[in-house]
Amino acid sequence: MQGKVASAHPRHTAAGRCGPAMPPLARRFVRRLMHLLAVLAIVSVATFLMLELLPGNLADSFLHENASEAEVAAIERDLGLDKPLVERFMDWAGNALRGDLGESPVSGEPISAAIAERLPVTLQLLLYAQLLSLAIALPLGILAGYREGSTLDRVISGGALGSLAMPHFVWGILLILLLSIWLDWLPATGYVPFLESPPGNLMSLFLPALTLAMVEAPVYLRLLRSDVASTLREDYIVVARAKGLGDRQILLRHALRPSSFTLITLMGINIGNLIGGSVIVESLFALPGVGRYLVEGVIRRDFFTVQGVVLVIAVAFVLVNLLVDLAYNLLDPRLSHDSAH
Amino acid sequence: MTALTEQVGHLSTLSRPDWRLVLPVGWLALVFLAALTVDWLPVPTPTDMDFMAVETLPSAEHWLGTDQDGRDIFSRVAHGARVSLVVGFLAPLVGLFFGTLLGLLSAWYGGIARTSILVALDAILAFPGLVLAMALTAILGASVGSVTLALGVLAIPSFARISRARALPLIQREFVLAAKTAGAGDAWILLREVLPNMVMTLVTYTLTIVSVMIVIEGALSFLGVGVPPPAPSWGGMISEGRSALERAPHISLIPAAAMFFTVLSLNVLGDRLRRRAEAREGGLS
Repeated sequence: MQGKVASAHPRHTAAGRCGPAMPPLARRFVRRLMHLLAVLAIVSVATFLMLELLPGNLADSFLHENASEAEVAAIERDLGLDKPLVERFMDWAGNALRGDLGESPVSGEPISAAIAERLPVTLQLLLYAQLLSLAIALPLGILAGYREGSTLDRVISGGALGSLAMPHFVWGILLILLLSIWLDWLPATGYVPFLESPPGNLMSLFLPALTLAMVEAPVYLRLLRSDVASTLREDYIVVARAKGLGDRQILLRHALRPSSFTLITLMGINIGNLIGGSVIVESLFALPGVGRYLVEGVIRRDFFTVQGVVLVIAVAFVLVNLLVDLAYNLLDPRLSHDSAH
Repeated sequence: MTALTEQVGHLSTLSRPDWRLVLPVGWLALVFLAALTVDWLPVPTPTDMDFMAVETLPSAEHWLGTDQDGRDIFSRVAHGARVSLVVGFLAPLVGLFFGTLLGLLSAWYGGIARTSILVALDAILAFPGLVLAMALTAILGASVGSVTLALGVLAIPSFARISRARALPLIQREFVLAAKTAGAGDAWILLREVLPNMVMTLVTYTLTIVSVMIVIEGALSFLGVGVPPPAPSWGGMISEGRSALERAPHISLIPAAAMFFTVLSLNVLGDRLRRRAEAREGGLS
């Protein structure tokens, strides 16, 4: 309740920021939650209205060109289009809250079940990709920052700049060409479910995850590099050196810790990019994930499926961002003002 | 400090060419030129199929070779550049216009107006970029116009955030207070006093985001949900070349290289421009 008052009061944040007293964590959390609920409400309304924007009638997209009026009326009744807009939204949102996104009029399969079946593949891919990007970015970023200005740094930073200019689909094509066609190390397609064979599963997801990581890693690498380089110039590093700590300990204990906060935020921000990337990668490598399901939906003009997938992705994305935000707040006690504004 | 070193560095390198400036500008000029003049060049149209020359390597007849249908890759890359450039440069303008408007309004007004603008912007950001672009293009129908519009919508929140962040300190400044005291209206103050002071930041950001837009347009075409065939686009060409990747990798790699060099050039130039703009406007806020 307090939070509601706070968020409705325009001057609150400004006053809170200037005042010396730190607003209680709980109040901030409630305010954040109100903001989140408002965003989720708009997201669901927008996703629902998406289909209303379709040129012509929604029913038309399921019918041939010279359908009779009776046929149009029948399909409108089937889809519930004869009801008023608000009532349809309430029905749709209520069902969505219960986890029912309806059936695809094109394939006849329930959309929620189809998404649930494909979600683990996408989640595993995203996790795998994040781990691979860290595995690439951490050593290279630290090395480049530690040897700032050296030839090694220039090669790593130049590579990162180049890698950033390559979209996921270009990296994917290059990696297929290099690792599966020319070197013949890895298969380019053929997804193996985890339960069938865990090593085979990791093998089959390696190229897709690496493709995602090649675009993610440079972002982390550049951050780590500049962070490490600037931290190494700080006084407390000089102190640590004077205490006789080795380079490795200084890098890992003192220089890396401050970077981890920014890294977490960046990973949170990058999840959107990663989700977009997985849409491409799943299509390129024929993985049975949510992203490919979305592309198939768009190509088949199966708008109910598109709507359902977009809703699930957006809600998941908002929640992940909330988690990242909370993790960041918990990790860094200095953060006392509202980061949302 | 950085501005100074850059200036000094700039002076000392005047005699020899600055490759980090010359190469990107040169490449972009080449792409623009190819896109503009391809219709008058002695090359086949992008849809002409030469069945005597299928999947050929570059030759005098086909400058960059041909694809699986015997279509001229140079002609297709140049025509594809039109799609990339039109979408890449127009979409940020849509974002620039609406984003700046919303950013200024949310910086100036408090209360309900500010809260609802911020929530609406966060709602756009709640959709991962490519997913929103796909959904919007699916609904608006795949065409250059709708892809541009979809990507423009995508760019609104970042422009709004940047202009809001720039406007907030400017609004506290004495010239705004002076204008207010002189009886200027809200619109006058925002457009005549605040906006001119953030033009440099906004222009720089517009150029930076062009490469992002080109990549997303490429992704849409690659997935087959963007600008529809037979109009050639780089993403579509890369995708079509996949089936011949083993026999004739150049069919995919040539448009991929075109996109890579374009995006890299824009990124390098954007970096440089941003640094210069920050140095110039640093003292103002």
